[in-house]
Amino acid sequence: MTNLMMTTYLVVGATFALYLFIALKSRAKNTGEFYVAGKGIHPVLNGMATGADWMSAASFISMAGMLAMGGYDASAYLMGWTGGYCLLAMLLAPYLRKYGKFTVPEFIGDRFYSQTARLVAVICLIVASLTYVIGQMKGIGVAFSRFMEIPFETGLMIGMGIVFVYAVLGGMKGVTYTQIAQYVVLIFAYTVPAVFISLQLTGNPIPQLGLGSTLSGSDGVFLLDKLDKVVTDLGFSAYTAQKDSTLNIFLLTMSLMIGTAGLPHVITRFFTVPKVKDARSSAGWALVFIAILYTTAPAVGAMARMNLMNTVQTGEIGSPEGNLVLEERPQWMRNWEKTGLLGFKDMNGDGRIQFYSDSGLSAAQADLVKAQKDNLGVEAAQAKVDAAAAKHAESKFAGFGWKGNEVTKVDNDIMVLANPEIAKLPNWVIALVAAGGIAAALSTAAGLLLAISSAISHDLVKGMIAKNIGSVVNRRPEEKPSRLHFYASKPL
Amino acid sequence: MNNAQKYWQANIRLVIGCLIVWFFVSFGCGILFVNQLNAIRLGGYQLGFWFAQQGSIYTFVVLIFFYAWRMNQLDRKFNVEEA
Repeated sequence: MTNLMMTTYLVVGATFALYLFIALKSRAKNTGEFYVAGKGIHPVLNGMATGADWMSAASFISMAGMLAMGGYDASAYLMGWTGGYCLLAMLLAPYLRKYGKFTVPEFIGDRFYSQTARLVAVICLIVASLTYVIGQMKGIGVAFSRFMEIPFETGLMIGMGIVFVYAVLGGMKGVTYTQIAQYVVLIFAYTVPAVFISLQLTGNPIPQLGLGSTLSGSDGVFLLDKLDKVVTDLGFSAYTAQKDSTLNIFLLTMSLMIGTAGLPHVITRFFTVPKVKDARSSAGWALVFIAILYTTAPAVGAMARMNLMNTVQTGEIGSPEGNLVLEERPQWMRNWEKTGLLGFKDMNGDGRIQFYSDSGLSAAQADLVKAQKDNLGVEAAQAKVDAAAAKHAESKFAGFGWKGNEVTKVDNDIMVLANPEIAKLPNWVIALVAAGGIAAALSTAAGLLLAISSAISHDLVKGMIAKNIGSVVNRRPEEKPSRLHFYASKPL
Repeated sequence: MNNAQKYWQANIRLVIGCLIVWFFVSFGCGILFVNQLNAIRLGGYQLGFWFAQQGSIYTFVVLIFFYAWRMNQLDRKFNVEEA
C-alpha cells in the first residue's frame, strides 16, 4: 500500500467514524425529531446543514471541471444553481414553513384539497430524488475506486451502508448534525488546495482575489489574460469569451434555476427551524456557506486549466522539445488513466503529448472507429474525418508535424480530484479532497433518502394507505396553518 | 383593504423588487450585457465575466439577507409575527 493510500484510508476512515458518532449521539427520539428535527435547529447551523445538503457531488467534484473546460460558458451553472436557490428562499421556503407541516406532498394535498394531488407530489418527489441519488452514488464510487483502489461497486455499498445507518437511526435530527460536520469537512477540503494553488500562481492566498490578480514573476500579467493567451495559442477559444449563443446560455441558466428551486430535500430543510423568521435568515446563512464554495470554484477551474495546459505544453508551441514526453508523464496522469477518465494517444509518433484544438480531427477519428465497429454510418463518419483533416492541414499546427489532439479524454470530474496532485501538494491535502468529495455526496444522498422515506412513510403509508398506524403526530398548538391558506386563496 | 391584504401586498412588492435585482445581476450583467461590460476591467477580471462568476453570487447573498430583514420588519408592522 502506498503512502498516499494509507493517508487516504486514515482521513476518510476518521470522517466516517465522526459521522457515525454524531448520528448516534443525536439520534431522533420521537416522530417530530425524525421528520423535522423537532423544529429546534439554530438558523446558522441549519444554514450549514442546508449548504451540505444542497451542494452535491456535482458541485464539489464536477463544477470546477466544467468551468475549467467551458470557461465563461459554464457560468450558467454558477448563476443557475445559486440563482435558483434565491427563488427557493424567497418564493417557496418561508411559505411552506409557515404552513407548519412535515412534508411538501402534505402541503400540496392540503392546499388543493386532494389526495390525488398529494399522491402525484409523492411520485414526483420519489422520481426526482432517486435520479439525483444515482449521481451521488456514482460520485462516491469514483472517489473510492480512485483513491482507495476499492472496486466501484464495493465503494458504493460502503457509502450506501453508512448513509443507511445514520439516516435510519438519526432521522432528520441525526442527518442535520451529520451534515453540519460534513459541511466543515467539504469546505475545508475545497478551500485548502485552492488557497495553496492561488498562492503558488499569484501569491494571493484568497482564491477569489487570486483569480483577478497578476501571476507571480510575470511583470504584471493578469492570470486570466495569460490563460486566454495560453488556450488561444493552442487553438481553443479564449477562456473568458462566450462560445455558446446568448439564447442558449440564458435558457440553460433559467432551467437550472427553476429546477433548483424545487429540490424537495432542500425545501424540507426549512421545516427544521423554530420559526418562519428563522427559516428566512437560515436561507441567507445557507447561501453564505454555499457562496464560499461557489466563488472559489471559478478560481479552482481557471487555475487547474492553467496548470494542466502548462503540464502538457512545457515549452514553446511548435518547437520539437516543447511538449511533455509521454513516457515521462507524471504519476497522477497514469493513475487517472487507469480509471478511464483520462486518455492519451500518440498520433504523430513523436513520443510527446500535444494538447490543442485540432478542428475536431481526433473526435471525428474516434467517431469513425466507433462507426466501423458498429458498421453504421461509416461513410458519413469518413467524410467528417476528411473534412476535419483538410481543415487541420491548413492550420499552423499541421506545420509542426502535429497530427491531431493527443489528449483523447479529459473527464471534467477529474479536475478537482486531481488538482492537488497537478499542483504537487502534500498527500494529506489529496486525502482531504477525497474525504471532501465523499462528504458532499453522502450529505446530499442522506437528505434525498430522508425526503424519500418521509414521503413514503408519512404521505403514502400513514396519510393514504394505513391512516391508523401509530399515534397521532403532535402538532404544536401555537401553529396555525390558516394564514397561508388565506393568502393562497386570494387572487394575486 | 384590511390588514392582511395590505401585508400581502407589501410582501409581493418586496419579492418583486428582489426579483428585479436578481434578474439584473445574473441574466442582465452576467449574460445579456456580458460583452458590453467586458470592456470595463476590474483588476484582472473583465466586468461581465466577474458578474457571471463572482458578482451575481455575492449579490444573491446580500439579497436574501435583505429580504429576510425586510420581511421581519413587515411581520412586526402588520402584527403577524410568530410568538
